[in-house]
Amino acid sequence: MSETVFARTKGLREVEMHYCPGCGHGIVHRLVGEVLEEMGMLSKAAGVAPVGCAVFAYNYFNCDMFEAAHGRAPAVATGIKRVHPEHCVFSYQGDGDLASIGAAEIVHAAHRGEKITTIFINNAIYGMTGGQMAPTTLVGQKATTCPKGRDPEHCGKPIRIAEMLATIEGSAYIERTAVNSTANIIKTKKAIRKAFECQMERKGFSMVEVLSTCPTNWGLSPVESMEWLEENMIPYYPLGVFKDKEV
Amino acid sequence: MLERDIFAGFGGQGVLLMGQLLAQAGLYEDKQVAWLPSYGPEMRGGTANCSVTISDKAVASPIIDNPTSLVVMNRPSLDKFEKAVIPGGKIFVNSSIIDRKVEREDVDVYYVDCSAIALKLGNPKVANIVMLGAYIEATKCVEPETVIKALQHKLGEKKAHLIPLNREALEAGAACVK
Amino acid sequence: MVRQLIKGCEAIAEAAIRGGCRYFFGYPITPQNDIPEYMSARLPEIGGVFLQAESEVAASNMVYGAAGAGARVMTSSSSPGISLKQEGISTIAGAELPCVIVNVMRGGPGIGGIQASQGDYFQATKGGGHGDYRLIVFGPASIQETVDIMYNAFDISDKYRTPVMILADGLIGQMMEPVEMPEFKSDEEIKVEKDWAALGWEEGCGKSRAVINSLYIADGELEALHERLQARYRVIEQNETRFETYLAEDAEILLTAYGTISRVCRSAVDELRAEGIKAGLFRPISLWPFPSAAMAEAAKAESVKHLLAVEISAGQMVEDVRLAVNGAKPVDFLGHPGSQIATVEEIKERVRALVKEA
Repeated sequence: MSETVFARTKGLREVEMHYCPGCGHGIVHRLVGEVLEEMGMLSKAAGVAPVGCAVFAYNYFNCDMFEAAHGRAPAVATGIKRVHPEHCVFSYQGDGDLASIGAAEIVHAAHRGEKITTIFINNAIYGMTGGQMAPTTLVGQKATTCPKGRDPEHCGKPIRIAEMLATIEGSAYIERTAVNSTANIIKTKKAIRKAFECQMERKGFSMVEVLSTCPTNWGLSPVESMEWLEENMIPYYPLGVFKDKEV
Repeated sequence: MLERDIFAGFGGQGVLLMGQLLAQAGLYEDKQVAWLPSYGPEMRGGTANCSVTISDKAVASPIIDNPTSLVVMNRPSLDKFEKAVIPGGKIFVNSSIIDRKVEREDVDVYYVDCSAIALKLGNPKVANIVMLGAYIEATKCVEPETVIKALQHKLGEKKAHLIPLNREALEAGAACVK
Repeated sequence: MVRQLIKGCEAIAEAAIRGGCRYFFGYPITPQNDIPEYMSARLPEIGGVFLQAESEVAASNMVYGAAGAGARVMTSSSSPGISLKQEGISTIAGAELPCVIVNVMRGGPGIGGIQASQGDYFQATKGGGHGDYRLIVFGPASIQETVDIMYNAFDISDKYRTPVMILADGLIGQMMEPVEMPEFKSDEEIKVEKDWAALGWEEGCGKSRAVINSLYIADGELEALHERLQARYRVIEQNETRFETYLAEDAEILLTAYGTISRVCRSAVDELRAEGIKAGLFRPISLWPFPSAAMAEAAKAESVKHLLAVEISAGQMVEDVRLAVNGAKPVDFLGHPGSQIATVEEIKERVRALVKEA
């Protein structure tokens, strides 16, 4: 007799993902899929994939999916949510997509108190296009468009999205987590669940910013990446709940 | 019948409304009509004007380069449009504030002291309706009663109490050109 | 039916709602503000949603989301705003979604002016955004015609899963004319089966989940999309080409014009005929598909000596006229790009000159 102790979540399709070894996207995908499945929301879920490394997310999540133009996922999610207010609508975005080209869309989705959830993957780099500087790239961190490291005099200091969105009246739940350890992964899943619940309770806009790894573009091994995230990112991007609005 | 008129004045003098009432009245009399406003920043305090076409046939161009009648509520409008009126056309001048005479000799001119008349009626705001009364009397292009109907439509139930005043204004205007 | 005097922009909004529009996403810009203003009051009354977006870019992407979610959705703007909306429009075209876009044209380039213009003909009919796609574009000349086109625009867009653009000019938007407003389409009439839309999906329900997407990166996928689009465009050309002629049968000088300026041309034709000059008018109503075959036919008529294209632009539609006529007859152009509208007198003078030439 054998017993199933672990199974693929129904929230993800049975296809191979294209992510690099050690990339955090796969972990977060699974967490989102698990939460949607556990909440029984898969049949009423619609996700919006970004432009960036997660561009193919529409192939992975096992629910209705949209692919948005670069940065516009919150606007697309707004359109969907206004048509299907009872559905669980989420955008899944990286740091270039959300914090740079899509800064207006994310701020105004939060500002309107749009009942959507954003999963924001912050790995401090543009992955898909080949390691260019992101708005979240750390000071001194090298990227292909700042080969000598980010110079704050020249291009400013990295932007803290969770803190910023927490200041906006319309945001209801904002948390920053990381996927560099088992404990943090479990916390991330809880945060995602909380954010989706916040949406379904119509409290307002919710976002989980997940600090994640990019071994390929950081030029590190997967294990080294986990350590780099802990030592460099968490001190600048502190983990925790920045907003938890009770209605 | 083909009336192609320009109503012009300062923003706030109700020139767009005069044109709208006329167009609405034309519609009630089963005529073909078009109302075309000037629009843009000049609407806020600057000059405003609208073109109104009333015809028995379908309106081709709603744009009026050479009006059959020109109604001017301020001096800049007279200066701007006087030359454009067709020979034999009509010019209605708000003589309360326009300090010059029409120079053309090939048009019929009506000087209407609209502001003073409106004041006498107890409300300076109906100066435009006084002028409209003069215009209708001189052109006969719609019936005064249809203009009242258009006013009722425009004012709605909430402002229906203003109808008697407006009727007086129309009549006072008409009296000026009889 | 009762005729009512109504402003073009408001007529567009009301006709859209009667034709089944339930969602509107937009951003303020002159001279089309009466559309969103009207929608903001009217849509909630009938259970629809109006939302003022943070930008035209966002608005067009909201339209994309709502269209993918199966809704009858529209947006409106004026020229500079339409430029910003091109990202969403290209995405919508690429994802094969239906929607309606209204452009109440003003002068450009850049911020340009706010007076009426026809300077966006190229943008509307030749693509606008990036990529090989078409919009179905109508250029109405009266408010009644705008209403009739708007009323059926959602049906057409749903039928072909292709965005429809109504290319009006500032005069159409701001003018008031009598209109017979059509009856509300019933819920049955506007309910279109959209098995491709994101309506929610259950594993094992027998259909596949919705993937609303304009990314075709796998080998051959993009080519397959374009084969679908081109096949669809050929059907649209067959079914949706519209035009009107006025005294064209025996015309010696054939004017071509769309939108408001076509009405100035019509006045000019009447006055020229009164002078004994045989002028006529060919008026495209669908700008894409362009009525090329019909125009070529009209130009071929033995009586026609010369064509004169009149526009409120530096000469845009005239290129399609020349392609249609294909050298069979000389094509002249009259127009002003700076929102100066050619007068009846100006058109008559040019026609008289052409008659002398011929």
